[in-house]
Amino acid sequence: MYVAVKGGEKAIRNAHRLLARTRRGDTSLPEVSVAQIQAQMSLAVARVMDEGALYDTELAALALKQAAGDQVEAIFLLRAYRATLPRFCASVPLETETMRVGRRVSAIYKDLPGGQRLGATFDYSHRLLDFSLLAAGETPEKDDFSVHSAENPAEEPVMPMPCPHVLNLLTEEGLVKTEETLANPAEAEIPDITREPLAFPSSRATRLQILARGDEGFLLAMAYSTQRGYGRNHPFAGEIRVGAVDVWLEAEETGFPVPAGEIDLTECEMVNQFVGSPDIAPQFTRGYGLVFGSAERKAMAMALVDRALRADEYNEEIASPAQQEEFVLAHCDNVEAAGFTSHLKLPHYVDFQSELGLIRKLRAEYARKHSARANATMDNQPLQVTP
Amino acid sequence: MNTRTHPDTETLEVKARQRWMYALAHAKLSELEVFEPALKAAAWQLIRPPETGMAMLRGRMGATGASFNLGEMTVTRCVVRNHENRTGYSYIAGRGKKHAELAALADAHLQGERQAFWLGEMIESLTAQRHARVSQQEKEAARTQVDFFTLARGENDA
Repeated sequence: MYVAVKGGEKAIRNAHRLLARTRRGDTSLPEVSVAQIQAQMSLAVARVMDEGALYDTELAALALKQAAGDQVEAIFLLRAYRATLPRFCASVPLETETMRVGRRVSAIYKDLPGGQRLGATFDYSHRLLDFSLLAAGETPEKDDFSVHSAENPAEEPVMPMPCPHVLNLLTEEGLVKTEETLANPAEAEIPDITREPLAFPSSRATRLQILARGDEGFLLAMAYSTQRGYGRNHPFAGEIRVGAVDVWLEAEETGFPVPAGEIDLTECEMVNQFVGSPDIAPQFTRGYGLVFGSAERKAMAMALVDRALRADEYNEEIASPAQQEEFVLAHCDNVEAAGFTSHLKLPHYVDFQSELGLIRKLRAEYARKHSARANATMDNQPLQVTP
Repeated sequence: MNTRTHPDTETLEVKARQRWMYALAHAKLSELEVFEPALKAAAWQLIRPPETGMAMLRGRMGATGASFNLGEMTVTRCVVRNHENRTGYSYIAGRGKKHAELAALADAHLQGERQAFWLGEMIESLTAQRHARVSQQEKEAARTQVDFFTLARGENDA
């Protein structure tokens, strides 16, 4: 129970001022701009967009600046802003096969159509602090990496080719189950957790929506637990791709899909160990991860947890946390989790008064029983005299 | 909800319109602003002023399966009418009101008498600039292409 507490307005006003001062830091240093965060902290921006469930790099960068870099706070800010916007329409399902691939790797085939691209990755970096970045105001050394197409304007532009998914190689052979599609997807009800409350058992569409906005740390830990044996399902990273995908919107008034621009996505397809039955030959199973921006760790964790949560579908024993949808789905949202944890800071004065009353009563009873027992013990035993 | 068709199955007219809408949506604002004086040379009016909202982005399970709701994106839309009484629409990713207004105006002009002019002057230029950008990114990404090879371990050697 919470009670209204009056007073403290002045202290709150001053706390806001102090927060603004703390956020700004040392004023002898230049202030960081939203555009700088957007351009130079792109992975932090991606996480805020993902878990804030709203793709807008500028707003995510603004939220990070306002939150002084606190990611969960920034995610909360973006979610709150999201709630103020009207929804115009939905998109045509994103075709990740047409992605302009900046990075694409597969751990199951060495040579594959379209090839493997490392892209911008930390994978091959020594985890040593690079002190050259500490040198203030210095631009990175000029290298010959940039491709100067402007130097030769007559040159034909090199356009990326659509890149078929690696898992197609397996589905063509029947080694992995083809993902089910609906006969008429436009008429199907696609569950939306922002409109209807979560109910169990959940559909895979619901789970994927929740996982896509779920906390990266939580999902990573859940994914890791499956690898360590809590719901083991032997995953392989079938394919990871990062790049830009066109967005086509189902605009109401035009009557045809309207191109609106492009967004960056990371997609991960996991191939997991087989299932089979007397009627169906053994097949690999799969887990899927799709997230905004460049967020490979999150996409992989999502794919692993997606697969673990399909345990029921494959008649697997549900014995581990990562396989339990109520546990995972109800606890992976960091805005909800942070909110409920933070509420402990609200005044609980009356609650605590009743707890105090109760514990005093219990202690009094204990003392009375204890002294009665002590008296009884003393009555039954002869006095011992210590020498 | 009405049944929509995939971009690949539209009529030729719609396809042509989608092509210029694509160029307008993928252009940078600065590239579009070059044409602002020409776009606004004749009288025009806002039917629906630029408005920012969201679109729910849908993914496919396992990239090819049934749809699910991935999350939303910000979108700005606008409707205008030009001097030829043509109605232009736009839906542009992000919160760029100016971008949405100019794109809607361009869409109106592109449906009018001087379509060939606007296609040649504006859409071709915007498309070429975007191709240059995409090409640059593609070339840089292609330089990280790997050729994996497996070392022979020599177990079968004599």
